[in-house]
Amino acid sequence: MSTPQLAVDPTELQDAPRAPWLVRMSTLARRQPLGTAGLLVVVGMVLAAVFAPWLTPYHPTENSFEHMLVAPGADFWLGTDQFGRDILTRILYGARTALFVGFICAIVGAFAGLVLGVGSAYFGGKVDLLFQRVMDVFMAFPLIIMALAIVATLGTGTDKVIIAITIPFIPQCARVVRSSALSLREIPYVDAARACGFSHLRIIMRHMIPNVMAPFLIMITTFVGQAILLEASLSYLGLGVQEPTAAWGLMLQGGAEEYAESAPWVPIFPGIAITLAVFGFNLFGDALRDVLDPKLRNR
Amino acid sequence: MSKYLLKRLLLTIPTLFGAALLVFLLLRAFPGDVCAIRLAGTGMYVDEEQIEICREDLGLNKSLPVQFWDFVSGYATWDLGTSMWTGKPVAEEIGLRFQLSLQVAIMATLVASVIAIPLGIIAAVKQDTWMDYLVRTFSIAGTAMPAFWLGILIILGLLIYSQKWFGVPWMPPIEYRAPWEDLGHNLSQLIWPAVATGYRYSAVVVRMTRSALLEVLREDYVRTARAKGMMESAVINRHALKNALLPVVTIIALEFAFLMGGLVVTEQVFNLNGLGKLFVDSVLQHDYTLTQQLVMLVVLIFVLTNLVVDLFYAWLDPRIRYS
Repeated sequence: MSTPQLAVDPTELQDAPRAPWLVRMSTLARRQPLGTAGLLVVVGMVLAAVFAPWLTPYHPTENSFEHMLVAPGADFWLGTDQFGRDILTRILYGARTALFVGFICAIVGAFAGLVLGVGSAYFGGKVDLLFQRVMDVFMAFPLIIMALAIVATLGTGTDKVIIAITIPFIPQCARVVRSSALSLREIPYVDAARACGFSHLRIIMRHMIPNVMAPFLIMITTFVGQAILLEASLSYLGLGVQEPTAAWGLMLQGGAEEYAESAPWVPIFPGIAITLAVFGFNLFGDALRDVLDPKLRNR
Repeated sequence: MSKYLLKRLLLTIPTLFGAALLVFLLLRAFPGDVCAIRLAGTGMYVDEEQIEICREDLGLNKSLPVQFWDFVSGYATWDLGTSMWTGKPVAEEIGLRFQLSLQVAIMATLVASVIAIPLGIIAAVKQDTWMDYLVRTFSIAGTAMPAFWLGILIILGLLIYSQKWFGVPWMPPIEYRAPWEDLGHNLSQLIWPAVATGYRYSAVVVRMTRSALLEVLREDYVRTARAKGMMESAVINRHALKNALLPVVTIIALEFAFLMGGLVVTEQVFNLNGLGKLFVDSVLQHDYTLTQQLVMLVVLIFVLTNLVVDLFYAWLDPRIRYS
């Protein structure tokens, strides 16, 4: 009688070297082609924002009246605007504004939502009921409407735009996090932790929050894209970031429509920048959702 | 059903009340004082006395509960206050522009549904083929592209191509005429903003159609239908689509409420004198009373749309009524 043969010798498995990172990356890229494309866009944008001063010889806010509305060419790759500022330079510096606003709003909004959502699910009962009613009210406001209402009292400027965008994010994240934390509450290890006499804070921080990280991370990525879009919209309306700061929405506002016919490069390129950036974050977020949350695959 | 209807109707009251309270607090809780921003926001020197007069006019000197009561009790008598900028009643300002925005919203919904549902079906049926990838890219691009930029591109395209083909640049008319007065004029003005907002809208609907249909296609009854030798087109049309379209209808209805938000920016691009433009102007001019009422209007539309969707569901599925 022969001894049963295993398909793979377990000792071999242990000794097998891990695939080099380049190979692992290419596997990931094959499985998530759209997500990888999104990641590349995001990384490119971050690099553009960080290295903006070294990538271009021009200044983003200095006017140069001898170079007004120059068509794209060797000197100004994407042309200049009505104040003679190089459009490529303003797009590169605009990436700083977009990423700054995008990340701050997404991170602050999502963290506040995480704490509120997990807290509400953990304490349950009346707290949760009250919390849900409040969330219902918040959800009745379209994002931009609430942001505009906040701008109406705060006034304009980068800092105020950040507040106006962050606040509507909080209930959105709280709601998603709450629903996944609710199911966690019933899992025995939370009961076990309670039975051990751990404090509420410790149970929330150590046992609940790590387990809602998947929806939380997905939320953050989508928020960054949304915040960039929202900031661009507010700036376009003249209610967001103010001149002379380089911001994509603002570049479309400053007479872009007037020059649409004579200098189409003024309105075209900043719009491509916005679309590409949000596109990148959305693709990346979708792929992240597929990887982290198999239940939602193919949705 | 009537019991359910009554229950749902009663449930909207706390939501609307809460929304009124939230708007009220949002506009007061932040350190920015409306009167100060309105009068001194431009950096000019303003008499403290004038700011005081403005506060007096708005009733900002009264205690918060009294202010809130004034605001909410106005709804009972249909008194929405007067615009701080034009001095006209808010109800009149809104009434003037409501029709235009409603028409654009309906047209955008039609545009979105006509584009989105067939694309979503194609993507689901041909899952993981190049067609699927193309449709998904189209839909993700739709959520990424700002509606106002698409609007600018449309204007740009119209100007350039009308110049090229007819020799004279053509722009959509600025003045609004009701569709029953001059249909051609009306459509040539409003079709462009409807397309600009409809694209983003369709992107959301495509995703929903695709995922809903994919889910239904995995159901047992679809397998049974295939197993008994039914034609694939009949399986999809008769068995899968009917069941998949329910969430699609929901998302179309829910997004309709969000359209009001999208219109805010698009109306600005096309220079349409609708609710969105009124809203932006009211924020720019710190016309506080008007902003407040417009926000409430959007919330009201949202809550009512939700109500209609819920009732529709309950009507289709008796289990919801009795739970």
